[in-house]
Amino acid sequence: MQTTSKRIYDLLSSMRFAVSLLTVLGIASIIGTVLKQNEPYTNYIVQFGQFWFEVFEVLGLYDVYHSVWFLLILVFLVLSTSLCIYRNSPTMLREMRLWREHATEKSLRAFSHRHEYQAGGSTEEIKAKLTRFLATRGFRYKTVAHEGGSELIVAKAGTYQRLGYIFTHLAIVVICIGGLIDGNVPFKIQELMGYKKVETLDIPASEVPAESRLSIANLSFRANMTLPEGTSADVSFMRMRDGYLVQELPFTVALKDFRIEHYATGQPKSFESDLVITDAELAEPLEATISVNKPLTYKGITIYQSDFQDGGSNLDFKMWALFGDQVVSLPVKGVVHEQLVLGEADEAVTLEFDDFRKFNILNLSEDGKGKLQNVGPNVTYKVRDSQGQAREYVTYMQPLQLDGRYYFVSGMRATLQEDYKYLRIPVDDEFQVDGFMRFRAVMMDAKAHELIASRLSASALPAGGPNSEVQEKFESSVRQLLKAFALGGYTRVAALIEESVPEAEREKAAQTYIKIINGAAYEANNLARELAGKPAANPNEETVLFLQDSLNSLSDLFFYGTPFYMQLKEYEHREASGLQLTRSPGKNLVYSGSVLLVLGIFAMIYIRERRIWMLVKPDNRVLFAISSNRKNRDLDVEFSKYQEQLQRLLA
Amino acid sequence: MNNVYAADEPIPLLKRLNWQDWLYAFLLMAGSIYAFNYYNHHMDVYEQGFLFGAALIFIWLGWVWRPVRALVVGVGALSLFAIYLYDANLERAEQVFFLKYLISSQSGIMWMNVLFILATVIYWVALFNRSEFTGKFASSLAWAAVLMGFVGLMVRWYESYLIAPDVGHIPVSNLYEVFVLFCLITALIYLYYEQRYATRQLGGFVMLIVSAAVGFILWYIFDRQAHTIQPLVPALQSYWMKIHVPTNFIGYGAFALAAMVGVAYLLSSRGILASRLPSLDTMDDVMYKSIAIGFAFFTIATILGAMWAAEAWGGYWSWDPKETWALIVWLNYAAWLHLRLVKGMRGPVLAWWAVIGLFVTTFAFIGVNMFLSGLHSYGEL
Repeated sequence: MQTTSKRIYDLLSSMRFAVSLLTVLGIASIIGTVLKQNEPYTNYIVQFGQFWFEVFEVLGLYDVYHSVWFLLILVFLVLSTSLCIYRNSPTMLREMRLWREHATEKSLRAFSHRHEYQAGGSTEEIKAKLTRFLATRGFRYKTVAHEGGSELIVAKAGTYQRLGYIFTHLAIVVICIGGLIDGNVPFKIQELMGYKKVETLDIPASEVPAESRLSIANLSFRANMTLPEGTSADVSFMRMRDGYLVQELPFTVALKDFRIEHYATGQPKSFESDLVITDAELAEPLEATISVNKPLTYKGITIYQSDFQDGGSNLDFKMWALFGDQVVSLPVKGVVHEQLVLGEADEAVTLEFDDFRKFNILNLSEDGKGKLQNVGPNVTYKVRDSQGQAREYVTYMQPLQLDGRYYFVSGMRATLQEDYKYLRIPVDDEFQVDGFMRFRAVMMDAKAHELIASRLSASALPAGGPNSEVQEKFESSVRQLLKAFALGGYTRVAALIEESVPEAEREKAAQTYIKIINGAAYEANNLARELAGKPAANPNEETVLFLQDSLNSLSDLFFYGTPFYMQLKEYEHREASGLQLTRSPGKNLVYSGSVLLVLGIFAMIYIRERRIWMLVKPDNRVLFAISSNRKNRDLDVEFSKYQEQLQRLLA
Repeated sequence: MNNVYAADEPIPLLKRLNWQDWLYAFLLMAGSIYAFNYYNHHMDVYEQGFLFGAALIFIWLGWVWRPVRALVVGVGALSLFAIYLYDANLERAEQVFFLKYLISSQSGIMWMNVLFILATVIYWVALFNRSEFTGKFASSLAWAAVLMGFVGLMVRWYESYLIAPDVGHIPVSNLYEVFVLFCLITALIYLYYEQRYATRQLGGFVMLIVSAAVGFILWYIFDRQAHTIQPLVPALQSYWMKIHVPTNFIGYGAFALAAMVGVAYLLSSRGILASRLPSLDTMDDVMYKSIAIGFAFFTIATILGAMWAAEAWGGYWSWDPKETWALIVWLNYAAWLHLRLVKGMRGPVLAWWAVIGLFVTTFAFIGVNMFLSGLHSYGEL
C-alpha cells in the first residue's frame, strides 16, 4: 500500500510526467487552432461526414479547450507542478541558506576553478583584503576556523536564483487554477451529474427550462446578448456546442443608442453603445457609454462592445414586376429579422429580411486596386417558395458605378456557398429604375411587337418604292425575334438561330439578329417613352449604351429567380449592439501568477548563484575556489577575472 | 589601502557615467518634458507614463551600452529634421529633396532595406577574408541600416498624423510595420552581442534572417502596396498596442537570432567554416543568452497581450489561434531552457532545437495569419 502511493507520488511529481502532460496539451492546442472551434454543428457534418463528425464530437474536438479531458490535463498539470514544488522547494530553500563552510582543503583542490596564491603581509591584512574583495563584488561572506589553524572565508552571491524556480513553478500553478476557475468547470460538473443540459431549441429566453439556465450565483461566465436600440434585457446567452445556455444577470441592461463612426476613407473608426443599467440596488439608473477597448464593469460583471447587427430596421420597398406587359409596381414594407408572405397557396413566397447595412465600403474599380468607397445601404433577404427552397438576394439601394456607368445592382445566389450572381439594371436619364421597367414592359408586350416591327422597317428599309413583300418578311422576322427575346432573352434567340439557320451561316445570322434586336430596342424604348408621355430619346451614344445594358439586363431576368425586383426606397435604421458580458474571478489569480512568473524567469536567468571559498593558511598561502550551480561561460570569465585581480591584490 | 585593488573594484553604474552620459540623459528628459507639455492633453495617463518610461529606458540603455546614445540622438535629430521639412504638409514628401530621397518614411525604410542587404554581403566577405576592417565596415552598415529604419518608423508615425489627426498611430499596427520592427530589433540584439563577445563572424548568419525579412518587406511593398498607411481598426485603438507589440518583437528577434547562431553552431560542429567562426562554447553561450532574453520578453509580451485581451475581447485568454500558438512557442522555449538549466544539456541537440524553434516561431508570427482565422486578423496577407 505504502509503496503504491509512493509510486504514484513519484510519478505525479516527476518532470517526465509534467513534460508528457505539456506535450499532450501542446498537441491538443494545435488541433484546436487547425479545426475551427465552436462552429455550428451542421458545418462539421458537411465537412467530415456523419461518421467522423460523431467520432470528433465524442472526442470533444469542436470545443477542445473546454472538453473534459483537456480540463483534466490542466488539473493534473496543477497537481504535478504542485507536487514538484512541494518536493523540491524545501531543498532549494535550505540550499539558499547553506554556507558550505565544511568544505575540506582536499575537496577545494578538486574544483575546476581554483587558484593558489602566496600572499604578503599579515594574516589579518590578507583577511581584510579578501573580505573587502568579496563585499565589493556583491558577495556575502562568513569566516570560520578551519583545520590546522587555517581560516576559511565562505562567500555566496545570487542565491535568490533558486527562488526563481519556486516562483515560476508556483506561477504556473496559480495561473492554471485561475484559468480553471474561469473555465466552465462548475457547469461541466453539473452537466456530468445530470443537473444541467444545453438547450438546443430556438425558443424565447423566458421559456428556457431551469436545467439550461445559470443563476446569478454562477461564479464565472462569458456570455453574449444582442440588444436592439431602445430595448433591454436581463439575461444573456452562452453558446455551447450545438446549443446554448441562458445566463441570468443581477441587473437589466438597456441600449439607448448605438453608433458607428467612420474614417474619411469609410473604414469603421469606432463602435459605441450608450447603455443604461437598472438595478434595484441603484438609486437611479447607471448610464455609461462603452466602446471597443473601453468596457464597463458593474457588480463584477464586465460589459464589452463585441459586435453589432441590424436591430430590426423598417424598410420601404417598391416591388417591380419583372415579367408581363404592364409596368407594375407595388409598395411593400419589411422589417429586418421578420418575414413577409406574398401570394397564396402554392404560389406563396416568403420574404425573409435578414440584414440591412447602412454603409458598405467596397472597392468597385476594375483591377481591384482602386480606392475603397461607401456605396450606401443594401439589404439582404431570402425568397422562400412554398416547397421551402430559398434563394438569397442582396440589393443595393443606390446605383453603383461599374466600369464608368451606373446600375441598380442586385445579387442572387441559390445556396450560401455560392458567390452572388449580379443583375445590373442601368439607370435611365433621370437616374431611376423606371426607364428600364417601362422598356421591359414594352419589350415583353406581344401587342407592341407589331408596332415596333413596322416602325423599324420604316426606318431601316430603303425609303424608295414600297416593296411590301420584303417589308412583310422583315417585319415578320422582327416580330419572331422580339417574341423569342421576350420569352427567354439572348439564350432563346441563340436557340432560335440554332434551330433555323444552317451551321455555316449562324455567325452572320447572329450578327444580323443582334443588329435587328438593337434597332427594335431603340424603337421599343421610344414607344415606351411615348406611352409615358416623354419625348423620344436622343439617338446618341448614351442611349445606345443604355439600350445595350437594358437588353443584357432583360436577358438576365430569366436567371434572376424571382418575378419581381425589390427596390429599396426608404429605410428607418435601427441597430442592435452585440454585447459580451463576463465575470472572471480567476483574473486576479492569473495576473498575480503572471507577476510571479516574470519575477521568477528574471531571477532564474539573470541571477547567477556563485560560491567562493578562500582558505587562508597560517603560512599566508591562499587557496581560492569558485563554483556555480550552472557551469557556463560566465563562470569561466568571472573566474579568470577574479584570478587575475586576486593575483594583483595579494602580491 | 592598496591602490591596485581599488582599481580592480567594480564601479557602480552612476559613478561610471561621464558628462556625455549626463548630457544624453538631459536631452532625453528635456525632450520628454517638451513633448509632454505640448501633447499631454492628447494622451491618456498610460501613454504619459509610456512617454517618460521610454525616456528612462533609453537613458538606461544608453548608459549601459554606449552606442545606443548615438543611435537615439541620431534618430531623434533626423526625425526632427524630417518633421521640420514636412512643415505639416504631406505632399512635401515628393517635393523636398531630403524627404524624397532620404528621410521620408518610405525612403528611410528603403535605405534600411538596402543597407541591411549590403551589410549581409559584407559580413560574409569579412568572414571569408578574415578581415577585421571589412568586418568593421559591415557593422557600420548594419548600424546605418538600424538608424535609417528607426528614422523611417518615426517619420511614418508623424506622417500618419498628417493624413488625418484621427488616423495617426504608432507604426506597429500591421504586418508591414512589424516586419520593419523585426529587422531593427534582431539587428540591434545582434550588434549588442557582437560587441559583447567581440566577434563579427556571426554577422553573416544573423543578417541572413534580417535580409529574408527585408525580402518580404520588398515583396510586400511592390506586390501589395503594403506601405500605405491605413487607419486603425477599433480593436487596435489602445495604449496596450504600444507595449505589447514591441515587447513581442524583442522575443521574436531574439529567437530568430538564436536560430541563426544555431545554424552556425551546427555547421561549425561539422567542421564547416569551423576555423572562421567563434568557438562552439561562445556560440552556445550566445544562443543561450539570446533565447533567455527572448523568453523573458516573450513571456512579458504574452502577459501584456492577455491583459489587453481582457480589456478588448472580454477575456484574458480566448484560445484564439494566435494566443494558442504563442503558448506553444512559449512551451517550446521553456522546454529548451529547462533542458539546459536543469538538466545541464549542451551541444548540437539544443542547436537543432533552436533552429526548429524558429519555424515554430515563424508559424506563430506569420503562419497563423496566413492559414488560420481568429481575432488577430490585422496582419492578413
